[in-house]
Amino acid sequence: MEHEISVSPEEISLPESWQRLPMIAGAIGLISLIASFMMGYGSKQFSFSYLTGFVYWLTLVLGGLFFVLLHYLARSGWSVVVRRLAEHVSGTLPLFVVLFIPVVLGMHDLYHWTHADAVAHDPLLQHKAPYLNETFFFIRAAFYFAVWILVSMYFRRQSTRQDESGDPGITKVLQTRSAPGMVFFAITLFFASFDWLMSLEPHWFSTIFGVYIFAGCVVSIFAFLILLVLQLKGSGALTHIVSWEHFHDMGKLLFGFVVFWAYIGFSQFMLIWYANIPEETFWFEMRWEEPNWRMASIFLAVGHFVVPFFFLITQWVKRQRLTLTLAALWMLFMHYVDIYWLVMPTLHHEAFHISLLDFTCWLGIGGLFLAVLGTLMQRGALIPVKDPRLQESLAFENP
Amino acid sequence: MADDRTAGNGAASSDSVSNSDSGTFGVLAEFSSPETLMHACAKVRDKGFSDWDAHTPFPIHGLDKAMGLKRSWVSAFVLVMGLSGVVLGMVMQWWVATKAYPLVISGKPFFSWPAFIPITFECGVLGGASGAILGLLILAKLPRHHHSLFNSERFKKVTDNAFFISIEAQDPQYDSAETPRFLEEIGATYVEPVAV
Repeated sequence: MEHEISVSPEEISLPESWQRLPMIAGAIGLISLIASFMMGYGSKQFSFSYLTGFVYWLTLVLGGLFFVLLHYLARSGWSVVVRRLAEHVSGTLPLFVVLFIPVVLGMHDLYHWTHADAVAHDPLLQHKAPYLNETFFFIRAAFYFAVWILVSMYFRRQSTRQDESGDPGITKVLQTRSAPGMVFFAITLFFASFDWLMSLEPHWFSTIFGVYIFAGCVVSIFAFLILLVLQLKGSGALTHIVSWEHFHDMGKLLFGFVVFWAYIGFSQFMLIWYANIPEETFWFEMRWEEPNWRMASIFLAVGHFVVPFFFLITQWVKRQRLTLTLAALWMLFMHYVDIYWLVMPTLHHEAFHISLLDFTCWLGIGGLFLAVLGTLMQRGALIPVKDPRLQESLAFENP
Repeated sequence: MADDRTAGNGAASSDSVSNSDSGTFGVLAEFSSPETLMHACAKVRDKGFSDWDAHTPFPIHGLDKAMGLKRSWVSAFVLVMGLSGVVLGMVMQWWVATKAYPLVISGKPFFSWPAFIPITFECGVLGGASGAILGLLILAKLPRHHHSLFNSERFKKVTDNAFFISIEAQDPQYDSAETPRFLEEIGATYVEPVAV
């Protein structure tokens, strides 16, 4: 039964119609971001809208890094055909260093604990000052980005090197190194989520918060990969390479992490609700007392868990273009609602308020991300052509 | 994977004895390798047999397709039993906490549903897992004391190193002379009739 499946060169190069993606997406991104700067909604609204958009795309990209690390760590076979795309997604991380600058510039609008006078009257913030101070904040941010960029570049480089040499030893080395890579990924992601999101409310704390953000990373990367590959297939690439068996598996993982997200989100809520200590419960009250925020909270629970759970549970949904596209688009939308729900109450807890900036910042960062992603995809093949397990992945069928 | 349903097929037929030549369960054919078995299965499937089965010492990927098996119903059992577990778990806690033995716990209302979610979830898992096992046993008509195929000495190798196809006498296409010949044609190394 072992016969080689051949891969045609047209299928693994970026389609002609995609060559202009970097230019178009980049232009839209730049214009949206410049317009966001100019619109004059005030620096506070801009900073919060920008942080929402920044975290949205960053979590997606970190999800890509997780997928690559997981692929090697679990010694997966089926996912070889989509791994290169995830590598490209994680390859956009250097862009996010540049995109982090507005967060740094807006940090006095975002983070209450950066105001010396506020800390002076707040014993709790004084107590937390050894961790929550600006110098250490910058050192940590530099460390997170350094780890992410080094790990993602290393795995991407080695994988593309294998395209030429075909050396199976590279896979072996990457499998070994994915384990420490995963540890560093987990630690940096957790502390980055504490620094950039949880410290928006510096009095509040939740040890599970990092896991919650992680769940969002994985949900968004699978939704994004599904859409990306479906679009590529629509343009004539990867037609005979990525089959419905692969989509079925990505759909299953999307479903699994939708459940995981709910599990973690509920665990966070229930412990705080049960203990009922005001230092912790105020964070949920900010998202519950005001009627529109209450609606948003219910919408998040229903839209990010109940609806996709029952929609994605049947097999055929994950094996049809239309239904899987709908599910992936919906989850990408709900991921935005999720991040918005985490960030915005700090600014607008008195009255739910949607700003035009929320959209333009999201579009701006997303445009630049797609521009860099498109540029990376132009280089080389869309799949790791000489991966030792490529044949296994091509022939993959769900048992 | 294929075994649950295929065993069901075999069992369903052996229960009814109302076929032309009673006393014969059917015919058993041995194949030398998973590959030859796979090809033979595709041919038996294309010939249009319905009451037949394949027997292997280990699961073979793709055999369900070669046999033309439809999707298993086990997942339906899991869904129904899982949802029943969820409902039962919640109702049980509601009844205990509000009707049978209402207690004020940390000043919360009697029916504090968030506190009941972990148990509800676990009941759902328990129901789903039981559904999987129950569904498997029901569809495979297990447990049972005996199956006619065990009348064959040779069939004992099925847990070790032999690959078999059995076609039952009650299949409308079955013919006591033609069917064994057909099995030999498609690559069987050994064919024998099996008594009820």
